[in-house]
Amino acid sequence: MAATLRDVTTYDLKLAAPLAAGFVLFFVTPLVILLALSFQTDPQGGHYGLSQYVNFLGDRFSLGVLGSTLWLGVKVTALTLLLGYPVAWLHQRSPGWARGVIMLFVLLPLLTSVVVRTFAWVVILGRQGIVNASLSWLGLIDTPLKLLYTEGGVVVALAQVQMPLMVLPIITALSRIDPNLADASSVLGAGHWRTFRKVILPLSLPGIVAGCLLTYAAAITAFITQSLIGGGQMLFMPMYIYQQASTLQNWPFAAAISIVFLVAVLVVVSIFNALGRLSRGYANA
Amino acid sequence: MVSASRNGPASQRGQTLLLDGITQRYGTSLAVNEVTLDIRGGELVALLGPSGCGKTTLLRIIAGFLAQTKGHVMIGGQSVDGLPPNRRSVGIVFQNYALFPHMTVAENVAYGLDARGVDRATQRSEAQRMLDMVKLGHLGERTPRQLSGGQQQRVALARALAVNPSILLLDEPFAALDKNLRLDMQIEVKRIQRLSGITTILVTHDQEEALSMADRVAVLSQGRLEQFSPPTEIYDAPDSLFVNTFVGSANLLGGVLVDCDRTAGRVRLDAGGMVETRAPKGDLRPGARVTVCLRPEHLSVDPAATDVDTLNGVVEMGLPLGATVVHEIRIGDGSAVKVSEPRIQRAELLAPGTPVRLAPVAPRLASVFAAA
Ligand SMILES: Nc1ncnc2c1ncn2[C@@H]1O[C@H](COP(=O)(O)OP(=O)(O)O)[C@@H](O)[C@H]1O
Ligand SMILES: [Mg+2]
Repeated sequence: MAATLRDVTTYDLKLAAPLAAGFVLFFVTPLVILLALSFQTDPQGGHYGLSQYVNFLGDRFSLGVLGSTLWLGVKVTALTLLLGYPVAWLHQRSPGWARGVIMLFVLLPLLTSVVVRTFAWVVILGRQGIVNASLSWLGLIDTPLKLLYTEGGVVVALAQVQMPLMVLPIITALSRIDPNLADASSVLGAGHWRTFRKVILPLSLPGIVAGCLLTYAAAITAFITQSLIGGGQMLFMPMYIYQQASTLQNWPFAAAISIVFLVAVLVVVSIFNALGRLSRGYANA
Repeated sequence: MVSASRNGPASQRGQTLLLDGITQRYGTSLAVNEVTLDIRGGELVALLGPSGCGKTTLLRIIAGFLAQTKGHVMIGGQSVDGLPPNRRSVGIVFQNYALFPHMTVAENVAYGLDARGVDRATQRSEAQRMLDMVKLGHLGERTPRQLSGGQQQRVALARALAVNPSILLLDEPFAALDKNLRLDMQIEVKRIQRLSGITTILVTHDQEEALSMADRVAVLSQGRLEQFSPPTEIYDAPDSLFVNTFVGSANLLGGVLVDCDRTAGRVRLDAGGMVETRAPKGDLRPGARVTVCLRPEHLSVDPAATDVDTLNGVVEMGLPLGATVVHEIRIGDGSAVKVSEPRIQRAELLAPGTPVRLAPVAPRLASVFAAA
């Protein structure tokens, strides 16, 4: 009898072993090497110390790049939330067939390559692009607006590209809310806006937090979109790291700013996580 | 404003509710079909019917969640057809209670007052007063999830009543409670309803609940109103075969109507014997094929005397059920008839195989309907 009962836990661990091995080999090891590299005091190797970090943290230009990257993430996340929440809400309120259509449009960006999507935005935002052409055709502008190679352009393009990461968790959170709650709120005398503010929004917070977390992490590390739409004048962390490593061959400094970036992102992520835990407790209390 | 009307005359509470020819169509199917109910102020009316007969639909129409295809809803003599739910002055207790999980019990109860712009201090004292009324005054700071099912239901009731609605709607409120708690809550709800004098609609598929709690019962079947009467009348004088079989249990016996007038009728049963019945429903003439409904307690078993012109049978089984004994009797046409008698009258169970004669305990208990 006892022999027929498998120990489920060891079975599970064995199944996870290939993934764990891959994880150690391709993620943990490079990270350790990166960390070690960041403590080298000069590119030729030899001495170890904190000089790369001191360089970074004492350099206003570097801190500016870090700051503008983290700030870019905030702006993209805010815009994605602002545009994405209504889409998720509409999805929740729609009949079955319309839900399918909305979901298709939400998922569409994921079905094309980032490069293709980003070049599409170049076409849309360029001096001769669709936006400028339409505006001048309508007679609203005389000279083309500068849309490409602006931070606004980067934010809009990133918001579109990251939209599914925001919309999907919010849809999940909204679908978990008992529809009777909105009805209960309205018979108790609340209008639509009050019901939304007091019931729907607080109960969808876990989805909002998860969506913001994903969008933020994706936006600040979006190398291709940042560089192609941002152009040469704007520098964000991923490109900065790339330049240091690849163009200037300054590997220790590149490693150090990678680590700083990583820590900064982890701090932001753990703030989001704490918020998420708080909101989940709030919603399930 | 709210507190002013609360201190006002009791007639403020007991608003009349008129459902006038309500019809609800979903696509091509009729969920509610020409239902008219004239409900008095302060009355507790049960909407009783099997699952899917349109009870919830009717409730949602009264609350304003659903705009009826046809007909009118009038509260206190005023049409509310164009009004959204938040302006109808209706309170609802949902089957799953639908308490706001992210608010405390007190915040839940104060929610409607807050929506009406009542100041904080009044909100707090009113919420406390309502919670005291449902005997949960000490649990205001808990969250709904920390409460038992019965307590959650009391909170839902307090929340619905806190805004002093004209009409209280209860959708299968006791279905999720276990049996003992259910009885407690039924008594509790009835007490609070009496206390506040609020006109109340109770939706249920449980006939005992409907009969015990309601002043009048509206029996629905497939979207149609079958009967709207006080509970005793529903039970003793059902208007239709559906009501007779849905409420309580009934033995159905085929027969032929021999004669009838406005007060009584006589039916020759296919299985033998003659019964004197209530006046037949509908347009039935002597000679018509009919179905006779005899409730188990309408019959008695007589093992001593069988005769050619009586309803005879053979005992299949006897069950002692506390205060009553129930016998199942196989009668002449092969069908089984249940007979329930007080134990005081029949101390001994009859052995299976005993030949018996069945007779009504009194004349004119049976109902007669046209044969289905
Ligand atoms: N939104 C809807 N769309 C289509 N049909 C519905 C809808 N709601 C209810 N129905 C149908 O209407 C009938 C009555 O439903 P309901 O009022 O929920 O019954 P009850 O509450 O008595 O169980 C059922 O046949 C049900 O399938
Ligand atoms: Mg129902």
